[in-house]
Amino acid sequence: MATKAPSHQRQQLLGRAIIYGGLLFMAAFYLMPLWVMITTSVKHLDEIYAGSFIGLPKQITFEAWQTAWSEACNGTACRGLKPYFINSLLMTIPAVLLSTGIGAINGYVITKWRFPGSNVIFGLLLFGCFLPFQAVILPMAQTLGMLGLAGTIPGLVLVHTVYGIAFTTLFFRNYFISIPDELVKAAQIDGAGFIRIFVSIILPTALPIIVVSCIWQFTQIWNDFLFGASFTAGENAPITVALNNIVNVSMGRKQYNVDMAAAMIAALPTLIVYVVAGRYFVRGLTAGAVKG
Amino acid sequence: MSGSIPFSDRIANWLPRLVLAPSLLVVLVVVYLFICWTGWISLSSSMIVPKYDFVGLSQYVRLWSTPRWHTAVFNLVIFSVLFLGITTLLGLLMAILLDQKIRCEGALRAIFLYPMALSFIVTGTAWKWILNPALGVQKVVNDLGWTSFVFDWIARPSFAIYCVVIAAVWQSTGFAMALFLAGLRGIDNSVIKAAQIEGASLPLIYRQIVIPMLRPAFLSVIVLLSYIAIKSFDLILALTNTGPGSATEMPSTFMYSATFRRDQMGVGAASAMMMLMTVVAIIVPYLYSELKETGDGH
Repeated sequence: MATKAPSHQRQQLLGRAIIYGGLLFMAAFYLMPLWVMITTSVKHLDEIYAGSFIGLPKQITFEAWQTAWSEACNGTACRGLKPYFINSLLMTIPAVLLSTGIGAINGYVITKWRFPGSNVIFGLLLFGCFLPFQAVILPMAQTLGMLGLAGTIPGLVLVHTVYGIAFTTLFFRNYFISIPDELVKAAQIDGAGFIRIFVSIILPTALPIIVVSCIWQFTQIWNDFLFGASFTAGENAPITVALNNIVNVSMGRKQYNVDMAAAMIAALPTLIVYVVAGRYFVRGLTAGAVKG
Repeated sequence: MSGSIPFSDRIANWLPRLVLAPSLLVVLVVVYLFICWTGWISLSSSMIVPKYDFVGLSQYVRLWSTPRWHTAVFNLVIFSVLFLGITTLLGLLMAILLDQKIRCEGALRAIFLYPMALSFIVTGTAWKWILNPALGVQKVVNDLGWTSFVFDWIARPSFAIYCVVIAAVWQSTGFAMALFLAGLRGIDNSVIKAAQIEGASLPLIYRQIVIPMLRPAFLSVIVLLSYIAIKSFDLILALTNTGPGSATEMPSTFMYSATFRRDQMGVGAASAMMMLMTVVAIIVPYLYSELKETGDGH
Protein backbone atom coordinates (compact mmCIF):
# COMPACT_ATOMS: atom_id res chain seq x y z
CA MET A 1 0.00 0.00 0.00
CA ALA A 2 2.80 2.40 0.88
CA THR A 3 4.42 2.06 -2.51
CA LYS A 4 1.81 3.65 -4.72
CA ALA A 5 2.91 4.63 -8.19
CA PRO A 6 3.82 8.33 -8.24
CA SER A 7 1.51 8.91 -11.20
CA HIS A 8 -1.38 7.59 -9.14
CA GLN A 9 -0.43 9.94 -6.33
CA ARG A 10 -0.24 12.88 -8.67
CA GLN A 11 -3.64 11.99 -10.05
CA GLN A 12 -5.10 11.89 -6.57
CA LEU A 13 -3.56 15.24 -5.74
CA LEU A 14 -5.04 16.67 -8.92
CA GLY A 15 -8.44 15.28 -7.95
CA ARG A 16 -8.29 16.94 -4.56
CA ALA A 17 -7.24 20.22 -6.18
CA ILE A 18 -10.22 20.08 -8.53
CA ILE A 19 -12.60 19.32 -5.67
CA TYR A 20 -11.32 22.16 -3.49
CA GLY A 21 -11.15 24.52 -6.45
CA GLY A 22 -14.76 23.83 -7.38
CA LEU A 23 -15.97 24.25 -3.83
CA LEU A 24 -14.07 27.48 -3.28
CA PHE A 25 -15.35 28.90 -6.57
CA MET A 26 -18.91 28.08 -5.53
CA ALA A 27 -18.33 29.59 -2.10
CA ALA A 28 -17.14 32.82 -3.73
CA PHE A 29 -20.26 32.89 -5.92
CA TYR A 30 -22.45 32.40 -2.88
CA LEU A 31 -20.73 35.05 -0.79
CA MET A 32 -20.50 37.65 -3.57
CA PRO A 33 -24.02 39.11 -3.15
CA LEU A 34 -23.58 39.45 0.60
CA TRP A 35 -20.19 41.11 0.07
CA VAL A 36 -21.65 43.49 -2.48
CA MET A 37 -24.58 44.33 -0.21
CA ILE A 38 -22.41 45.06 2.81
CA THR A 39 -19.73 47.07 0.99
CA THR A 40 -22.27 49.07 -1.02
CA SER A 41 -24.17 49.94 2.14
CA VAL A 42 -21.12 51.57 3.76
CA LYS A 43 -19.96 53.56 0.71
CA HIS A 44 -20.67 57.18 -0.14
CA LEU A 45 -23.15 57.56 -2.97
CA ASP A 46 -20.60 59.50 -5.06
CA GLU A 47 -18.14 56.64 -4.81
CA ILE A 48 -20.83 54.22 -6.03
CA TYR A 49 -21.68 56.40 -9.03
CA ALA A 50 -17.97 56.80 -9.76
CA GLY A 51 -18.04 53.08 -10.52
CA SER A 52 -16.91 51.21 -7.44
CA PHE A 53 -19.03 48.09 -7.39
CA ILE A 54 -17.08 45.17 -6.03
CA GLY A 55 -14.14 46.97 -4.39
CA LEU A 56 -13.62 47.92 -0.78
CA PRO A 57 -15.03 51.30 0.28
CA LYS A 58 -12.48 54.13 0.27
CA GLN A 59 -14.10 55.46 3.38
CA ILE A 60 -16.57 53.64 5.56
CA THR A 61 -19.72 55.53 6.43
CA PHE A 62 -22.89 54.41 8.17
CA GLU A 63 -24.95 57.30 6.80
CA ALA A 64 -26.90 54.96 4.51
CA TRP A 65 -27.77 52.68 7.43
CA GLN A 66 -28.99 55.66 9.39
CA THR A 67 -31.10 56.86 6.44
CA ALA A 68 -32.54 53.39 5.84
CA TRP A 69 -33.38 52.95 9.49
CA SER A 70 -35.02 56.27 10.23
CA GLU A 71 -35.47 58.47 7.15
CA ALA A 72 -36.02 56.51 3.93
CA CYS A 73 -39.34 57.13 2.21
CA ASN A 74 -41.99 54.48 1.78
CA GLY A 75 -44.62 56.18 -0.35
CA THR A 76 -45.22 59.55 1.27
CA ALA A 77 -44.11 58.52 4.75
CA CYS A 78 -40.40 59.13 5.37
CA ARG A 79 -39.85 57.37 8.64
CA GLY A 80 -37.34 54.76 7.53
CA LEU A 81 -37.65 51.03 8.21
CA LYS A 82 -37.81 51.27 11.98
CA PRO A 83 -41.61 51.25 12.41
CA TYR A 84 -41.93 48.35 9.95
CA PHE A 85 -39.18 46.44 11.70
CA ILE A 86 -41.22 46.75 14.89
CA ASN A 87 -44.38 45.67 12.99
CA SER A 88 -42.58 42.55 11.81
CA LEU A 89 -41.49 41.73 15.37
CA LEU A 90 -45.04 42.24 16.66
CA MET A 91 -46.34 39.99 13.92
CA THR A 92 -43.66 37.29 14.00
CA ILE A 93 -43.16 36.59 17.70
CA PRO A 94 -46.78 35.78 18.66
CA ALA A 95 -47.35 33.82 15.45
CA VAL A 96 -44.20 31.71 16.03
CA LEU A 97 -45.12 30.89 19.62
CA LEU A 98 -48.77 30.12 18.86
CA SER A 99 -48.13 27.92 15.84
CA THR A 100 -45.32 26.04 17.59
CA GLY A 101 -47.46 25.39 20.66
CA ILE A 102 -50.39 24.15 18.62
CA GLY A 103 -48.11 21.99 16.46
CA ALA A 104 -46.58 20.36 19.55
CA ILE A 105 -49.97 19.32 20.91
CA ASN A 106 -51.18 18.13 17.50
CA GLY A 107 -48.04 16.07 16.95
CA TYR A 108 -48.49 14.50 20.38
CA VAL A 109 -52.09 13.48 19.71
CA ILE A 110 -51.35 12.17 16.22
CA THR A 111 -48.46 9.96 17.34
CA LYS A 112 -49.35 8.88 20.88
CA TRP A 113 -53.15 8.84 20.94
CA ARG A 114 -53.90 7.43 17.56
CA PHE A 115 -57.57 6.92 16.86
CA PRO A 116 -59.42 5.76 13.75
CA GLY A 117 -59.03 8.48 11.17
CA SER A 118 -56.06 10.24 12.78
CA ASN A 119 -53.88 9.39 9.78
CA VAL A 120 -56.43 10.91 7.42
CA ILE A 121 -56.44 14.05 9.56
CA PHE A 122 -52.65 14.17 9.36
CA GLY A 123 -52.85 13.86 5.58
CA LEU A 124 -55.38 16.69 5.43
CA LEU A 125 -53.14 18.89 7.56
CA LEU A 126 -50.07 17.98 5.52
CA PHE A 127 -51.43 19.34 2.26
CA GLY A 128 -51.50 22.71 4.03
CA CYS A 129 -47.67 22.72 3.84
CA PHE A 130 -47.87 22.87 0.06
CA LEU A 131 -50.83 25.14 -0.41
CA PRO A 132 -50.18 27.89 -2.96
CA PHE A 133 -51.47 30.79 -0.93
CA GLN A 134 -52.88 32.52 -4.00
CA ALA A 135 -55.73 30.01 -3.79
CA VAL A 136 -56.88 31.31 -0.40
CA ILE A 137 -56.03 35.00 -0.47
CA LEU A 138 -59.41 36.29 -1.61
CA PRO A 139 -61.51 34.43 0.98
CA MET A 140 -58.96 35.30 3.67
CA ALA A 141 -59.23 39.00 2.81
CA GLN A 142 -63.04 38.75 3.07
CA THR A 143 -62.83 36.86 6.36
CA LEU A 144 -60.38 39.29 7.91
CA GLY A 145 -62.73 42.09 6.91
CA MET A 146 -65.67 40.33 8.59
CA LEU A 147 -63.62 39.78 11.75
CA GLY A 148 -62.64 43.46 11.79
CA LEU A 149 -58.97 42.50 11.40
CA ALA A 150 -58.39 43.76 7.86
CA GLY A 151 -55.12 45.64 7.53
CA THR A 152 -54.06 45.02 11.14
CA ILE A 153 -51.09 43.27 12.72
CA PRO A 154 -53.31 40.92 14.79
CA GLY A 155 -54.88 39.92 11.47
CA LEU A 156 -51.45 38.95 10.14
CA VAL A 157 -50.69 37.05 13.35
CA LEU A 158 -53.87 35.06 12.83
CA VAL A 159 -53.08 34.31 9.17
CA HIS A 160 -49.50 33.20 9.87
CA THR A 161 -50.61 31.07 12.81
CA VAL A 162 -53.32 29.16 10.95
CA TYR A 163 -51.16 28.51 7.90
CA GLY A 164 -48.20 27.61 10.12
CA ILE A 165 -50.04 24.78 11.87
CA ALA A 166 -49.47 22.37 8.97
CA PHE A 167 -45.69 22.68 9.11
CA THR A 168 -45.36 22.71 12.89
CA THR A 169 -47.60 19.64 13.20
CA LEU A 170 -45.41 17.86 10.65
CA PHE A 171 -42.25 18.71 12.62
CA PHE A 172 -43.58 17.45 15.93
CA ARG A 173 -45.28 14.40 14.44
CA ASN A 174 -42.03 13.27 12.80
CA TYR A 175 -40.14 13.83 16.04
CA PHE A 176 -42.58 12.25 18.48
CA ILE A 177 -43.05 9.19 16.31
CA SER A 178 -39.56 8.05 17.32
CA ILE A 179 -40.35 8.25 21.04
CA PRO A 180 -41.26 4.70 22.13
CA ASP A 181 -44.96 4.17 22.81
CA GLU A 182 -44.02 2.00 25.81
CA LEU A 183 -43.01 5.16 27.65
CA VAL A 184 -46.54 6.49 27.33
CA LYS A 185 -48.10 3.12 28.21
CA ALA A 186 -45.99 2.79 31.35
CA ALA A 187 -46.99 6.27 32.46
CA GLN A 188 -50.63 5.43 31.83
CA ILE A 189 -50.35 2.37 34.05
CA ASP A 190 -48.90 4.61 36.71
CA GLY A 191 -52.04 6.68 36.46
CA ALA A 192 -50.77 9.65 34.45
CA GLY A 193 -53.34 11.23 32.13
CA PHE A 194 -53.23 12.87 28.71
CA ILE A 195 -51.96 16.22 29.96
CA ARG A 196 -49.56 14.90 32.61
CA ILE A 197 -47.86 12.64 30.06
CA PHE A 198 -47.48 15.52 27.62
CA VAL A 199 -46.05 17.94 30.17
CA SER A 200 -43.78 15.64 32.15
CA ILE A 201 -42.72 12.99 29.60
CA ILE A 202 -43.06 14.25 26.04
CA LEU A 203 -42.23 17.94 26.31
CA PRO A 204 -38.93 17.51 28.19
CA THR A 205 -37.59 15.43 25.28
CA ALA A 206 -38.83 17.85 22.65
CA LEU A 207 -36.44 20.77 23.09
CA PRO A 208 -34.55 20.22 19.80
CA ILE A 209 -37.70 20.08 17.71
CA ILE A 210 -39.16 23.09 19.52
CA VAL A 211 -36.06 25.00 18.45
CA VAL A 212 -36.40 23.70 14.87
CA SER A 213 -40.04 24.72 14.72
CA CYS A 214 -39.44 28.19 16.20
CA ILE A 215 -36.55 28.89 13.83
CA TRP A 216 -38.40 27.67 10.77
CA GLN A 217 -41.54 29.62 11.61
CA PHE A 218 -39.53 32.72 12.47
CA THR A 219 -37.74 32.61 9.11
CA GLN A 220 -40.92 31.92 7.14
CA ILE A 221 -43.04 34.57 8.81
CA TRP A 222 -40.36 37.25 8.94
CA ASN A 223 -39.63 36.72 5.25
CA ASP A 224 -43.26 36.57 4.12
CA PHE A 225 -44.27 39.08 1.51
CA LEU A 226 -47.50 37.84 -0.07
CA PHE A 227 -49.69 38.01 3.05
CA GLY A 228 -48.15 41.29 4.15
CA ALA A 229 -48.72 42.89 0.76
CA SER A 230 -52.25 41.49 0.39
CA PHE A 231 -53.66 42.16 3.86
CA THR A 232 -51.95 45.35 5.00
CA ALA A 233 -51.20 48.73 3.59
CA GLY A 234 -49.40 51.80 4.84
CA GLU A 235 -48.24 51.91 8.40
CA ASN A 236 -49.13 48.35 9.42
CA ALA A 237 -47.02 46.75 6.68
CA PRO A 238 -44.29 44.27 7.64
CA ILE A 239 -40.67 45.00 6.81
CA THR A 240 -40.52 43.03 3.54
CA VAL A 241 -43.31 45.15 2.07
CA ALA A 242 -41.69 48.37 3.29
CA LEU A 243 -38.31 47.30 1.87
CA ASN A 244 -39.83 46.62 -1.52
CA ASN A 245 -41.53 50.02 -1.51
CA ILE A 246 -38.38 51.86 -0.47
CA VAL A 247 -36.30 50.15 -3.14
CA ASN A 248 -38.87 50.85 -5.85
CA VAL A 249 -39.10 54.58 -5.15
CA SER A 250 -38.20 56.13 -8.47
CA MET A 251 -37.72 59.75 -7.48
CA GLY A 252 -34.39 61.52 -7.80
CA ARG A 253 -30.98 59.92 -7.91
CA LYS A 254 -31.21 56.28 -6.89
CA GLN A 255 -29.60 55.76 -3.50
CA TYR A 256 -28.12 52.32 -3.94
CA ASN A 257 -26.28 52.47 -0.64
CA VAL A 258 -29.56 53.11 1.20
CA ASP A 259 -31.25 50.26 -0.73
CA MET A 260 -28.52 47.84 0.31
CA ALA A 261 -28.52 49.03 3.92
CA ALA A 262 -32.31 48.57 4.00
CA ALA A 263 -31.98 45.07 2.54
CA MET A 264 -29.35 44.22 5.16
CA ILE A 265 -31.58 45.52 7.97
CA ALA A 266 -34.45 43.36 6.72
CA ALA A 267 -32.12 40.35 6.40
CA LEU A 268 -30.24 40.66 9.69
CA PRO A 269 -32.73 38.99 12.07
CA THR A 270 -33.00 35.80 10.01
CA LEU A 271 -29.28 35.83 9.19
CA ILE A 272 -28.40 36.09 12.88
CA VAL A 273 -30.74 33.23 13.70
CA TYR A 274 -29.12 31.21 10.91
CA VAL A 275 -25.58 31.88 12.14
CA VAL A 276 -26.45 31.11 15.76
CA ALA A 277 -28.59 28.03 15.14
CA GLY A 278 -27.89 26.93 11.56
CA ARG A 279 -27.96 23.25 12.47
CA TYR A 280 -31.58 23.47 13.53
CA PHE A 281 -32.44 25.53 10.47
CA VAL A 282 -31.15 22.78 8.20
CA ARG A 283 -33.23 20.22 10.04
CA GLY A 284 -36.32 22.33 9.44
CA LEU A 285 -35.48 22.57 5.74
CA THR A 286 -34.98 18.89 5.20
CA ALA A 287 -38.19 18.09 7.09
CA GLY A 288 -39.92 19.36 3.97
CA ALA A 289 -39.02 15.98 2.58
CA VAL A 290 -41.87 14.49 4.48
CA LYS A 291 -40.46 11.29 5.89
CA GLY A 292 -39.54 11.38 9.56
CA MET B 1 -71.39 -1.35 27.65
CA SER B 2 -70.38 2.26 27.14
CA GLY B 3 -73.00 3.38 29.63
CA SER B 4 -71.09 1.72 32.45
CA ILE B 5 -67.92 3.78 31.86
CA PRO B 6 -67.73 6.71 34.29
CA PHE B 7 -68.25 10.14 32.78
CA SER B 8 -64.73 11.34 33.65
CA ASP B 9 -63.21 8.37 31.81
CA ARG B 10 -65.28 9.09 28.76
CA ILE B 11 -63.99 12.68 28.77
CA ALA B 12 -60.46 11.31 29.11
CA ASN B 13 -61.02 9.02 26.14
CA TRP B 14 -62.26 11.85 24.01
CA LEU B 15 -59.73 14.40 25.23
CA PRO B 16 -57.14 13.73 22.49
CA ARG B 17 -59.79 14.15 19.83
CA LEU B 18 -61.15 17.28 21.47
CA VAL B 19 -57.66 18.76 21.56
CA LEU B 20 -57.07 18.04 17.89
CA ALA B 21 -60.51 19.23 16.80
CA PRO B 22 -59.92 23.02 16.78
CA SER B 23 -56.82 22.66 14.57
CA LEU B 24 -58.65 20.36 12.22
CA LEU B 25 -61.59 22.72 12.06
CA VAL B 26 -59.34 25.71 11.39
CA VAL B 27 -57.46 23.89 8.63
CA LEU B 28 -60.68 22.63 7.08
CA VAL B 29 -61.88 26.23 6.92
CA VAL B 30 -58.75 28.15 5.93
CA VAL B 31 -57.48 25.54 3.46
CA TYR B 32 -60.33 23.48 2.09
CA LEU B 33 -63.34 25.76 2.51
CA PHE B 34 -61.33 28.74 1.28
CA ILE B 35 -60.24 26.79 -1.81
CA CYS B 36 -63.90 26.08 -2.57
CA TRP B 37 -64.68 29.72 -1.94
CA THR B 38 -62.00 30.81 -4.42
CA GLY B 39 -63.39 28.25 -6.85
CA TRP B 40 -66.82 29.78 -6.46
CA ILE B 41 -65.49 33.30 -7.10
CA SER B 42 -63.80 31.95 -10.24
CA LEU B 43 -67.22 30.86 -11.51
CA SER B 44 -68.83 34.22 -10.76
CA SER B 45 -68.79 37.59 -12.49
CA SER B 46 -66.80 39.25 -9.65
CA MET B 47 -64.84 42.35 -10.60
CA ILE B 48 -63.93 44.75 -7.75
CA VAL B 49 -65.89 43.00 -5.00
CA PRO B 50 -66.92 39.34 -4.86
CA LYS B 51 -70.31 38.60 -6.38
CA TYR B 52 -71.89 35.24 -5.80
CA ASP B 53 -73.67 34.66 -9.08
CA PHE B 54 -72.82 31.92 -11.56
CA VAL B 55 -71.40 32.54 -15.01
CA GLY B 56 -69.97 29.11 -15.73
CA LEU B 57 -66.42 28.94 -17.01
CA SER B 58 -66.42 32.33 -18.69
CA GLN B 59 -63.71 33.71 -16.36
CA TYR B 60 -61.50 30.79 -17.38
CA VAL B 61 -62.22 31.55 -21.02
CA ARG B 62 -61.28 35.17 -20.42
CA LEU B 63 -58.15 34.10 -18.56
CA TRP B 64 -56.94 31.87 -21.37
CA SER B 65 -57.62 34.55 -23.96
CA THR B 66 -55.51 37.11 -22.07
CA PRO B 67 -52.09 37.46 -23.75
CA ARG B 68 -50.55 38.41 -20.41
CA TRP B 69 -51.58 35.05 -18.97
CA HIS B 70 -49.96 33.29 -21.92
CA THR B 71 -46.76 35.17 -21.17
CA ALA B 72 -47.08 34.12 -17.54
CA VAL B 73 -47.55 30.43 -18.32
CA PHE B 74 -44.77 30.47 -20.90
CA ASN B 75 -42.42 32.14 -18.40
CA LEU B 76 -43.32 29.63 -15.73
CA VAL B 77 -42.40 26.77 -18.07
CA ILE B 78 -39.04 28.33 -19.04
CA PHE B 79 -38.31 29.30 -15.47
CA SER B 80 -39.27 25.90 -14.01
CA VAL B 81 -37.26 23.87 -16.51
CA LEU B 82 -34.10 25.96 -16.08
CA PHE B 83 -34.49 26.48 -12.35
CA LEU B 84 -35.17 22.80 -11.64
CA GLY B 85 -32.49 21.54 -14.00
CA ILE B 86 -29.69 23.85 -12.85
CA THR B 87 -30.54 23.73 -9.16
CA THR B 88 -30.79 19.93 -9.11
CA LEU B 89 -27.55 19.33 -11.02
CA LEU B 90 -25.59 21.99 -9.16
CA GLY B 91 -26.97 20.86 -5.80
CA LEU B 92 -26.03 17.26 -6.57
CA LEU B 93 -22.54 18.26 -7.70
CA MET B 94 -21.97 20.32 -4.58
CA ALA B 95 -23.24 17.54 -2.35
CA ILE B 96 -20.92 15.01 -4.01
CA LEU B 97 -17.93 17.35 -3.72
CA LEU B 98 -18.73 18.04 -0.07
CA ASP B 99 -19.00 14.32 0.60
CA GLN B 100 -15.31 13.69 -0.26
CA LYS B 101 -14.10 14.11 3.34
CA ILE B 102 -13.47 17.80 2.89
CA ARG B 103 -11.79 20.06 5.42
CA CYS B 104 -14.07 22.90 6.65
CA GLU B 105 -17.11 21.05 5.38
CA GLY B 106 -19.29 22.73 8.00
CA ALA B 107 -18.22 26.22 6.99
CA LEU B 108 -18.73 25.55 3.29
CA ARG B 109 -22.16 24.06 3.93
CA ALA B 110 -23.10 27.12 5.93
CA ILE B 111 -22.00 29.39 3.06
CA PHE B 112 -24.02 27.44 0.49
CA LEU B 113 -27.14 27.47 2.64
CA TYR B 114 -27.34 30.98 4.05
CA PRO B 115 -29.37 32.39 1.11
CA MET B 116 -32.23 30.11 2.20
CA ALA B 117 -32.49 32.21 5.37
CA LEU B 118 -33.04 35.38 3.36
CA SER B 119 -36.30 36.85 2.17
CA PHE B 120 -36.80 36.69 -1.60
CA ILE B 121 -37.30 40.46 -1.39
CA VAL B 122 -33.76 40.82 -0.04
CA THR B 123 -32.40 38.44 -2.70
CA GLY B 124 -34.24 40.36 -5.41
CA THR B 125 -32.96 43.69 -4.16
CA ALA B 126 -29.36 42.45 -4.04
CA TRP B 127 -29.41 40.84 -7.50
CA LYS B 128 -31.16 43.81 -9.06
CA TRP B 129 -28.13 45.84 -8.00
CA ILE B 130 -25.61 43.19 -9.13
CA LEU B 131 -27.27 42.83 -12.54
CA ASN B 132 -27.58 46.59 -13.01
CA PRO B 133 -25.90 47.14 -16.42
CA ALA B 134 -24.67 50.66 -15.69
CA LEU B 135 -22.94 50.03 -12.37
CA GLY B 136 -22.97 46.28 -11.67
CA VAL B 137 -21.19 43.22 -13.04
CA GLN B 138 -21.07 44.56 -16.59
CA LYS B 139 -19.24 47.69 -15.40
CA VAL B 140 -16.75 45.61 -13.38
CA VAL B 141 -15.85 43.45 -16.37
CA ASN B 142 -15.66 46.52 -18.63
CA ASP B 143 -13.30 48.22 -16.18
CA LEU B 144 -11.10 45.13 -16.13
CA GLY B 145 -10.40 45.83 -19.80
CA TRP B 146 -13.04 43.78 -21.63
CA THR B 147 -14.86 46.87 -22.85
CA SER B 148 -17.18 45.13 -25.28
CA PHE B 149 -18.61 42.84 -22.57
CA VAL B 150 -22.39 43.28 -22.35
CA PHE B 151 -24.54 41.83 -19.58
CA ASP B 152 -27.80 43.76 -19.64
CA TRP B 153 -30.25 40.87 -19.48
CA ILE B 154 -32.32 42.53 -16.80
CA ALA B 155 -33.16 45.39 -19.16
CA ARG B 156 -34.00 43.18 -22.15
CA PRO B 157 -37.50 41.71 -22.36
CA SER B 158 -36.42 38.42 -23.91
CA PHE B 159 -33.61 37.82 -21.40
CA ALA B 160 -34.97 39.21 -18.12
CA ILE B 161 -36.51 35.88 -17.13
CA TYR B 162 -32.99 34.36 -17.06
CA CYS B 163 -32.06 36.92 -14.42
CA VAL B 164 -34.87 35.56 -12.28
CA VAL B 165 -33.45 32.08 -12.87
CA ILE B 166 -29.96 33.18 -11.74
CA ALA B 167 -31.22 34.72 -8.52
CA ALA B 168 -33.54 31.79 -7.76
CA VAL B 169 -30.76 29.26 -8.37
CA TRP B 170 -28.49 31.23 -6.08
CA GLN B 171 -31.12 31.16 -3.36
CA SER B 172 -32.16 27.51 -3.60
CA THR B 173 -29.14 25.40 -4.60
CA GLY B 174 -28.08 25.05 -0.97
CA PHE B 175 -31.44 23.50 -0.22
CA ALA B 176 -31.05 20.88 -2.96
CA MET B 177 -27.49 20.26 -1.74
CA ALA B 178 -28.69 19.68 1.82
CA LEU B 179 -31.26 17.12 0.69
CA PHE B 180 -28.75 15.29 -1.53
CA LEU B 181 -26.12 15.33 1.20
CA ALA B 182 -28.59 13.75 3.61
CA GLY B 183 -29.24 11.09 0.96
CA LEU B 184 -25.53 10.48 0.37
CA ARG B 185 -24.87 10.09 4.09
CA GLY B 186 -27.57 7.44 4.22
CA ILE B 187 -25.83 5.22 1.64
CA ASP B 188 -23.98 2.21 2.96
CA ASN B 189 -20.25 2.79 2.44
CA SER B 190 -19.47 -0.90 2.00
CA VAL B 191 -21.17 -0.90 -1.40
CA ILE B 192 -18.82 1.81 -2.64
CA LYS B 193 -15.79 0.11 -1.07
CA ALA B 194 -16.66 -3.17 -2.75
CA ALA B 195 -16.93 -1.46 -6.13
CA GLN B 196 -13.58 0.25 -5.55
CA ILE B 197 -11.94 -3.09 -4.81
CA GLU B 198 -13.40 -4.38 -8.07
CA GLY B 199 -11.43 -1.56 -9.68
CA ALA B 200 -14.26 0.77 -10.67
CA SER B 201 -13.31 4.43 -11.01
CA LEU B 202 -14.94 7.03 -8.81
CA PRO B 203 -17.00 8.75 -11.54
CA LEU B 204 -18.23 5.33 -12.67
CA ILE B 205 -19.20 4.39 -9.12
CA TYR B 206 -21.19 7.58 -8.77
CA ARG B 207 -22.90 7.21 -12.14
CA GLN B 208 -23.72 3.53 -11.83
CA ILE B 209 -24.25 3.00 -8.10
CA VAL B 210 -24.57 6.12 -5.99
CA ILE B 211 -26.81 8.33 -8.10
CA PRO B 212 -29.38 5.58 -8.74
CA MET B 213 -29.50 5.04 -4.98
CA LEU B 214 -30.36 8.71 -4.51
CA ARG B 215 -33.72 8.29 -6.20
CA PRO B 216 -35.77 9.28 -3.12
CA ALA B 217 -33.67 12.42 -2.67
CA PHE B 218 -34.17 13.30 -6.35
CA LEU B 219 -37.90 12.95 -5.95
CA SER B 220 -37.99 15.22 -2.90
CA VAL B 221 -35.74 17.82 -4.52
CA ILE B 222 -37.73 17.98 -7.73
CA VAL B 223 -41.12 18.11 -6.05
CA LEU B 224 -40.12 20.73 -3.50
CA LEU B 225 -38.36 22.86 -6.11
CA SER B 226 -41.39 22.75 -8.43
CA TYR B 227 -43.48 23.98 -5.55
CA ILE B 228 -41.02 26.85 -4.97
CA ALA B 229 -41.10 27.63 -8.71
CA ILE B 230 -44.88 27.77 -8.99
CA LYS B 231 -45.41 30.00 -6.01
CA SER B 232 -42.39 32.28 -6.62
CA PHE B 233 -43.79 35.75 -6.39
CA ASP B 234 -41.74 38.05 -4.17
CA LEU B 235 -38.51 37.40 -6.07
CA ILE B 236 -40.05 38.60 -9.32
CA LEU B 237 -41.64 41.66 -7.76
CA ALA B 238 -38.38 42.68 -6.12
CA LEU B 239 -36.05 41.81 -9.01
CA THR B 240 -37.92 42.87 -12.14
CA ASN B 241 -41.38 43.95 -10.93
CA THR B 242 -42.68 41.75 -13.83
CA GLY B 243 -40.83 43.96 -16.34
CA PRO B 244 -39.45 45.14 -18.66
CA GLY B 245 -43.04 45.67 -19.79
CA SER B 246 -44.66 42.43 -18.72
CA ALA B 247 -41.77 40.24 -19.90
CA THR B 248 -41.30 38.45 -16.56
CA GLU B 249 -44.95 38.05 -15.64
CA MET B 250 -45.63 34.74 -13.87
CA PRO B 251 -48.92 33.12 -12.79
CA SER B 252 -48.41 34.24 -9.19
CA THR B 253 -47.82 37.88 -10.15
CA PHE B 254 -50.64 37.75 -12.69
CA MET B 255 -53.05 36.55 -10.02
CA TYR B 256 -51.97 39.32 -7.67
CA SER B 257 -52.26 42.16 -10.14
CA ALA B 258 -55.54 40.93 -11.66
CA THR B 259 -57.08 40.75 -8.21
CA PHE B 260 -55.67 43.75 -6.42
CA ARG B 261 -54.68 46.17 -9.20
CA ARG B 262 -56.87 45.55 -12.26
CA ASP B 263 -60.19 44.82 -10.53
CA GLN B 264 -60.63 41.49 -12.29
CA MET B 265 -61.30 39.38 -9.24
CA GLY B 266 -62.99 36.59 -11.23
CA VAL B 267 -60.02 36.23 -13.58
CA GLY B 268 -57.65 36.42 -10.60
CA ALA B 269 -59.55 33.62 -8.87
CA ALA B 270 -59.51 31.54 -12.06
CA SER B 271 -55.73 31.95 -12.33
CA ALA B 272 -55.36 31.00 -8.65
CA MET B 273 -57.34 27.82 -9.33
CA MET B 274 -55.07 26.99 -12.27
CA MET B 275 -52.04 27.36 -9.99
CA LEU B 276 -53.67 25.22 -7.34
CA MET B 277 -54.47 22.44 -9.80
CA THR B 278 -50.87 22.40 -10.98
CA VAL B 279 -49.57 22.11 -7.43
CA VAL B 280 -52.11 19.42 -6.55
CA ALA B 281 -51.11 17.38 -9.59
CA ILE B 282 -47.49 17.40 -8.39
CA ILE B 283 -47.84 17.31 -4.61
CA VAL B 284 -50.70 14.93 -3.91
CA PRO B 285 -49.14 11.86 -5.57
CA TYR B 286 -45.87 12.72 -3.83
CA LEU B 287 -47.47 12.99 -0.38
CA TYR B 288 -49.40 9.82 -1.02
CA SER B 289 -46.30 7.81 -1.87
CA GLU B 290 -44.30 9.28 1.02
CA LEU B 291 -47.03 8.54 3.55
CA LYS B 292 -47.69 5.08 2.25
CA GLU B 293 -44.04 4.15 2.71
CA THR B 294 -43.93 5.57 6.24
CA GLY B 295 -47.16 3.76 7.02
CA ASP B 296 -45.58 0.45 5.97
CA GLY B 297 -42.64 1.08 8.25
CA HIS B 298 -44.79 1.09 11.35
